Order: sequence, then structure tokens, then C-alpha cells
Amino acid sequence: MTSNVFIVAYEGEPSDSGVLNYAITRAKAEGASLVLVHVLEWSPYSFLTPQEVEERHSRRKRELARADEVVMAPALAACDTAGVSATAVIRYGQVIELVLEEAKLAGATLIFVGRSGQQSMATRIFGSVPLGLAQLSPIPTVIVP
Amino acid sequence: MFHPKTLTLALVALLALMLDTGRAAAQGVDEAINTAFGTATGPFVSFIFSSLPGTNFPWIVLWLVIAATIFTIYFSVVQFRFFGHAIALVSGKYSDPNDAGEVSHFQALATALSGTVGLGNIAGVAVAVSIGGPGATFWMILAGLLGMATKFTECTLGVKFRNEYSDGSVSGGPMYYLSKGMAQRGFGGLGKVLAVFFSIFCVLAALGAGNMFQANQAHAQIASIAGDYPGWITGIIFAAIVFAVIVGGLKSIAQVTEKIVPFMGILYVGTAIIIILMNADQIGWAFGQIFAGAFTGAGVAGGMVGALIQGFRRAAFSNEAGVGSAAIAHSAVRTKEPITEGFVSLLEPLIDTVVICTMTALVIVITGVLQIDPETGLYLWDADSGQIVTEGGVSGVELTSAAFGSAFGFFPYVLVLAVILFAFSTMLSWSYYGLKAWTYMFGEGKVQELSFKILFCIFVVIGAAMNLGPVIDFSDAAIFSMALFNIVGLYFLMPIVKGEMISYSRRLKTGEIKRFV
Repeated sequence: MTSNVFIVAYEGEPSDSGVLNYAITRAKAEGASLVLVHVLEWSPYSFLTPQEVEERHSRRKRELARADEVVMAPALAACDTAGVSATAVIRYGQVIELVLEEAKLAGATLIFVGRSGQQSMATRIFGSVPLGLAQLSPIPTVIVP
Repeated sequence: MFHPKTLTLALVALLALMLDTGRAAAQGVDEAINTAFGTATGPFVSFIFSSLPGTNFPWIVLWLVIAATIFTIYFSVVQFRFFGHAIALVSGKYSDPNDAGEVSHFQALATALSGTVGLGNIAGVAVAVSIGGPGATFWMILAGLLGMATKFTECTLGVKFRNEYSDGSVSGGPMYYLSKGMAQRGFGGLGKVLAVFFSIFCVLAALGAGNMFQANQAHAQIASIAGDYPGWITGIIFAAIVFAVIVGGLKSIAQVTEKIVPFMGILYVGTAIIIILMNADQIGWAFGQIFAGAFTGAGVAGGMVGALIQGFRRAAFSNEAGVGSAAIAHSAVRTKEPITEGFVSLLEPLIDTVVICTMTALVIVITGVLQIDPETGLYLWDADSGQIVTEGGVSGVELTSAAFGSAFGFFPYVLVLAVILFAFSTMLSWSYYGLKAWTYMFGEGKVQELSFKILFCIFVVIGAAMNLGPVIDFSDAAIFSMALFNIVGLYFLMPIVKGEMISYSRRLKTGEIKRFV
């Protein structure tokens, strides 16, 4: 029986395989289960054209289906193969806010996040997801290179 | 299918060739378009703006005022009772987090506003104040406040009776609630007639107010900076960009515009507030002029009625309450409660007319660009141009530009950019509204869509080449004609909206409508 729940902030990029593998290893070692959280960046305060408004619902359905099939299904299969219990959560919104919300909901004790290789201007100014989680998370956060 | 880049190159080559034909010939083209268009649309414009027997009050303005008043009374002043709830909806307090990723109430409001906030707020107000005097502002504000109830009614119906397709997309608007809603009320035949007439005039309004007027005023602004040159040149450039977006599918241009326009709006209002505060000692005087002018006319030809007509006319043109265009924009939003879109939409006339138009009017009055006779204290009237004498004899957007420029010398340049972006954004919105009406009449399909889009682009050139007078008359006439058929339907369908409102109010009180934040 597992007692601990670990959160994996999972982007689904090829570079994210490191964080998933590390989280699986740690979960297996400690008998924990994983909650893979994939967040589709979305602001309810962005501006859309009338055409985008009309297409939004069908686009959302396609985005969710893609995230489920392309991102989460392979990750869950990897967990299953390793014998680690895992569930997937796909949310729309801001990554840091929602990862912390899911961690609270699941009663998680640890968050794993990959170190994003992006060094864009926006990242330099506003900070990255790993740094944001490290700063705001009430539970230990492991940033995996 | 043309590749957008190939098409752009072809248009640039065509433009260069046309430039070579010389200015005189070009001005001749403008004049020919102007005369032909004015002659063709004259009878239609005259009918729409004909006066009530024995008065000089246009019947169509009274039609809108009566409708807004009836909806205000019938829904027990919904615009004030649910104002706080509308703000709560827009700020996401009633949005289910599980629905994140769908269009939010804020986005629906912003998208609808991007179609209405624009030249009506800049040029339209200047026209109203220069013809109707400062008193027109009072009637404009009143029309905005009453119009909130009309907008609430039509947007609720827009969501309730929209068509949902298997791919998840939706089509909605007056043509759908007029046909489906009226059938539900047992007036299916009449509903279909109203829907078809609405669609015809929606297409005309899209070509007029949503297109020609925008192109015309954008050209006027560019010419005021770059010097006078033939309007069709601006028209062809605008048409090429619009074509690239709506036909060529260059979404990036539309997306960038949609992101810049709100900031231009904030910059515009912010600058207006600064100018008003810089002249804080004159705010009382300006409001005095507005209130006095509203009931006396303050020396303006037409007096109180003239101010009232201009105020209501320009308010309707600006916020489009009763016109039905916002119902098309809001109907695409997914919500479990159609009436929530109605509540959100009632903020549009408030933002558009009561706030932004009033700001423009106050700046024009305070900066003194309208000439006053020092002896009588009344505004100087120029009978030839039919408006108050202005500095440099300017009108429309140039008058607003002169008013803002008198405080900040650089602002006319900012305004040029704002006008171009507002014009472009409004064109994109109206190309969508017009297309929805077009496909309602001719059916969904690529050929039907392409034919309307090409027609839309041709009218960009025509609009830019014409004088302001015929363009503004046709634009007004077309947009008011939409209201004619839409409002007939709203009278028949308002009991449905009332039922929704009563049910929603009850569930809101019992807590069945859940607040998430």
C-alpha cells in the first residue's frame, strides 16, 4: 500500500523524460504513487478574434485529446511498465498555480519538475516554472536537470 | 487558391501601376465612385432617416429609443439590478474551473467590444458634438444607459437559439433567434421573413459601417499626416491586408491586432483622463455645457431635438445596442446559462458609450476646438457645412485629433495608429458578422464564404475613396435597418428572456448557481 503521493509537473517534451524517469525511480524506492500534471497554458483574460471564439470549443477538445494521447498515455505506460501507480491530470490555466493546487488536492509530499532548457527573454524577466515552484511550493520541490 | 504572398506581390505591383496614372486621374476615380455611390444609396438613406410627420425627428431614432425604454421597464432596470453580478461574471467568480480553456465571459466581452469600440467612439462623437453641440453628449449617455437593456435582451437570445454543429462550432445571432425563437412562439413565418431581412441589412451594414466607414476614416487620418492623396490607394493597401487575413488565413495579423487594440483603447482613455484632469477647472463648465445644451441646444441649429437626434444616432452607431451584431459575437460562447451572456453584454454600452464616448466628448468640449461667439457665449454655427465652426474647419476624427493634439502635440500621431488599428479590428469583426448573415442566406460552404469575403475587400477600396458624407449616411442607414427587424423580433421574444431571468434570479438566491471564487 502506498502512503506517499508525488506530483510530476509534466510538460511532455522530449527533454522531460529525465524528470519522469527520476520520479518513477524515487516513487518505486519509496513506494509512492505519482500524479502527472500536464497544464495547457491558458488565460481567461487573453484576447480572441470572433473566429477564434467560434472555434475555441472544438479546438479545446482537440487539445485535450492530443494531450491525453500524445503526452499522458506514453507517460502512464512508462509508469505502468515500471510498476508505479500513476494517474494523469490535464488542466488549463497557469502552470505553477495549478501544479500547486493539484499537489494540495492529492496531499502530495514532493513535487518533481524538469529544468526547462529555455532561456527566452520572457523566462529571464518573469522567471521559469521550476523557479516559481521552488519559491512558492509549501512542500519540497525537486528540480531535475 | 491564391497563395497569400503571391497575391500580396500582385497587389503591390497593381498599386505601383495605379500610382503611375497620376493624381488628377486618381482624384477622378474618387469623384466617380463618390457620385455613383451617393446616387445609388440616396433613396435608401432618405427613407431610413425620414422624419416623423410634422417634425424633424427621424422615426428610426425614436424606434430605438422606445425599444430601449421598453426593455428597461420590462426587465425592471436590469442594467442596474444585475450590474454587480455582470462584473462578478466577467471577473470569473462564477466560472467553473473545469471549464477552463473555453471562452471566458471576459473574452466574450472583449471580442464583442473590439467590434464596437473604434471609430464610432472617436469620429462618431466628434460628428455628434459638432452638429448637435455638447448637449448631444447627454443624450448619448442616456442612450448608452438605456441601450444596456436592449443588448442584454438580444445577447441572451443569441446564445439560447444558436445552432450547434457536430464539430463543436456554433453559429448564432438574430437570424437564428428570429427564425427559431419566433417559431417557438408560433410566428415561424414572420420570424423567417424578419431573419432574411435582418441578414440582408447585416451584410449591407458589414459593408458600410463595418467596412467603408472604417476605411474612409483610416484614410482621412493617414492623409492628415502624410498629406492629401487619393483614397483608393489606402483602400487597396487595406483591402490587401484584410484579404490576407480573411481569405489567405494569415491569422497572425488578426491575433496581433486583437492584442494591441485593447492597449490602444486604454491609452486613448488614459490620455483623455489626463487632458480632462489638466483642465480640471473646466470640468464643471463642460458638464454645464452638456446639460444646458441637452435641453436648449445652446445656439446649435435644431436646438434640443437636434442634440437629442445626434446623441441617440451616434450612440446607436457606436454601441450597436438593438442592432444585433453583439448577439452574433456572444452566441459563440459556451455557457450553461444563456442569460449570463446577456448580463455580461450589458456592460458593452456602458464601456463603449457612457465611458469612452463621454471621454471623447469632454476632451472636445474642454479643449475649446469648437468655436464660441465671445459676445453671446453661444457656439458659432456654420450653415454651409451644417456644423459648429471648428478650428481649421475640421470634422469627424480630425476634430478629435485636433482636440487631443491641442494638449499633446504628439497625440495625433498616436491617434493615427489607434484609428488604423481600431478600423482594422472593426473590419475583421464585421467581416465575421457579415459572413454569418451571408451564410445564413446562402448556406454554409467555401464558395459562399469566398464570394462574400471578396465583396468585402472590394468595398474597402470604395469606402476609402469616398467623401465622409455619403459613407456615414449609408453606414448609419444600413446599421439602423438591422435594428428595425431585430427589434420587432425582440418584442416577440422578450417573454422568453424574462422567464430565463426569473429562473436564474431564483437559483442565484438559493445558491443553486454556484460561486466558485
